[in-house]
Amino acid sequence: MIVTRGLTKRFGPVLAVDQVDLDVREGDRFGFLGPNGSGKTTVIRMLLGLVFATSGEIEVLGKPIPSRVREVLPRVGALVEGPSAYGHLSGRANLALIDAAGRAGGRRTRRHRVDEALAQVGLAGIDGRPVRKYSLGMRQRLGLAAALLRAPRLLVLDEPTNGLDPQGIREIRDLLVRLNEAGTTVFLSSHQLAEVEQLCTRVGIVNRGRLVLQAELSALRPVTGRVIVRSPDADRAAAELNGQVASRDGDQLVVTGTDPAALNARLVTAGLRVIEIRPERSSLEDLVLELTGPGADRIDRDAGQPGDHPPPATGDAP
Amino acid sequence: MIRVELVKLVRRPRTWASILLLCALPTVVAVFIAVTHVAPSPGQGPALLSAVLANGTLYPVSLMAGDAIAGEATSGMLRYLLARPVGRTRLLAAKLISVIAYVLGAVVLVAVTGYATGAGLFGTKPLLVTPHGLAASSIATSLSGTPMTPADIAMRTLGAVAFIGVSMLGVAAIALFLSTLTDSSLGAALGALAALITSGVLVALNSAAVVSPYLPTRYWLAWADFFREPILWRNIERGFAIQGVYVVVFVAAAWANFATKDVTS
Repeated sequence: MIVTRGLTKRFGPVLAVDQVDLDVREGDRFGFLGPNGSGKTTVIRMLLGLVFATSGEIEVLGKPIPSRVREVLPRVGALVEGPSAYGHLSGRANLALIDAAGRAGGRRTRRHRVDEALAQVGLAGIDGRPVRKYSLGMRQRLGLAAALLRAPRLLVLDEPTNGLDPQGIREIRDLLVRLNEAGTTVFLSSHQLAEVEQLCTRVGIVNRGRLVLQAELSALRPVTGRVIVRSPDADRAAAELNGQVASRDGDQLVVTGTDPAALNARLVTAGLRVIEIRPERSSLEDLVLELTGPGADRIDRDAGQPGDHPPPATGDAP
Repeated sequence: MIRVELVKLVRRPRTWASILLLCALPTVVAVFIAVTHVAPSPGQGPALLSAVLANGTLYPVSLMAGDAIAGEATSGMLRYLLARPVGRTRLLAAKLISVIAYVLGAVVLVAVTGYATGAGLFGTKPLLVTPHGLAASSIATSLSGTPMTPADIAMRTLGAVAFIGVSMLGVAAIALFLSTLTDSSLGAALGALAALITSGVLVALNSAAVVSPYLPTRYWLAWADFFREPILWRNIERGFAIQGVYVVVFVAAAWANFATKDVTS
């Protein structure tokens, strides 16, 4: 659905995107992660033909971008850097204008398309008040509705749950899963790693303009070989497991050198109570923090980066 | 897309607020003249109104044209329009047509309002025209002029309105070009006004006489030649020609810039 080869974008001396090879397959729910200023939005803008690549190739829906945007983009729904709307018009009027722009769908079915998109994002009963009086969450929903207007095959969403409350986030997640199961490929960027963990099937991680990882999410969360146990008898459990306890935090122990079933049997045999027991998995958050440096919005006094971070991608500036 | 842009133009409060203010201008002028009688004799309406037209429409026209692309960029809608997709050339063409519609609509509406107020307050009797034509000089010398019929006045006014409309299009083209350069619509509008003020200064400067025939404001006042007897075509023709060149050059520059620009707004 989305393939880029050696995609590079330079803004003056700044190398914003550096040799990115994305591969998003049909039916994926692809999470695009990375710190602020790592080049996520620039990549998304290039996919939509808004920003022109310095070098490299882009294919969306099997056709080259930007030369064939006219054929590709009608089948793509996009939300880029937050929703926008004409503040003096109602949500419905905004969607009607967006729908009429470009290769318009039929005028007679426009009302129906607008109503359907509004219903999908939970704004079916919206009244005629102007968008400038909308709350942040309503604007976000309206932006999503605009992306869904023409039943796209591919959704490119930049921070789709921004500004939504927990119920709203859940609703949108369910909507995206439903659309995905109906055949829509979803490509989204997000900072909310827990969100991405629950929604996405694959992830790509960018850092300083480079794609540092692209893989199935399930392959990225291997068990660490350690077991997490919570017990009200943590003191006695720690004594029982002497030498195997890697760390302790209140009633929670991290135990090495065993598997959960054997550990549980051992503790229960010893007469100790267990509240929770599970294999430890590395979280997406750990992985992202390990692979990426601080965001471009953090400016430290020292120009050099700490040694455990990859060298800056912009190092070849004149 | 053209239809979409026209709908946006019509549904925008700013469009009507600016036209309302423009229409108020000749009305205020006419009321003052009618009340104080310190004024051109009856029927001087058209010439006076043309002055109001040219100076009054300048600001809203450059605002509207300056807002064309920069305004969409500021509101964040530019990226959504282009991702719809609306071709960049098509969007620019639609914006240009919407600006032309606004310019001509505003000029005509102001002329109509002016005519209505003028006719209401001063009557529509045949009027006297001076050999010099200008309103200011006509008070003293109106007796030496030749009479004009109402049909004649209408034709001349129409010509003047068309001339002013085209002059305003030259302004709009400059503002539209600036609008593709910046994301600030106010910046683009002020840039266009600054260019015109500079042009106005140079036209008045004798030592800049070499460039003066090519300046956008050089023939602006030639609308008055429609009210001479006979009509003095020389400057009118040059005015039309120079504005045509400005429109073509700046619209082409706007297109060249916009079609290759990274949209990061």
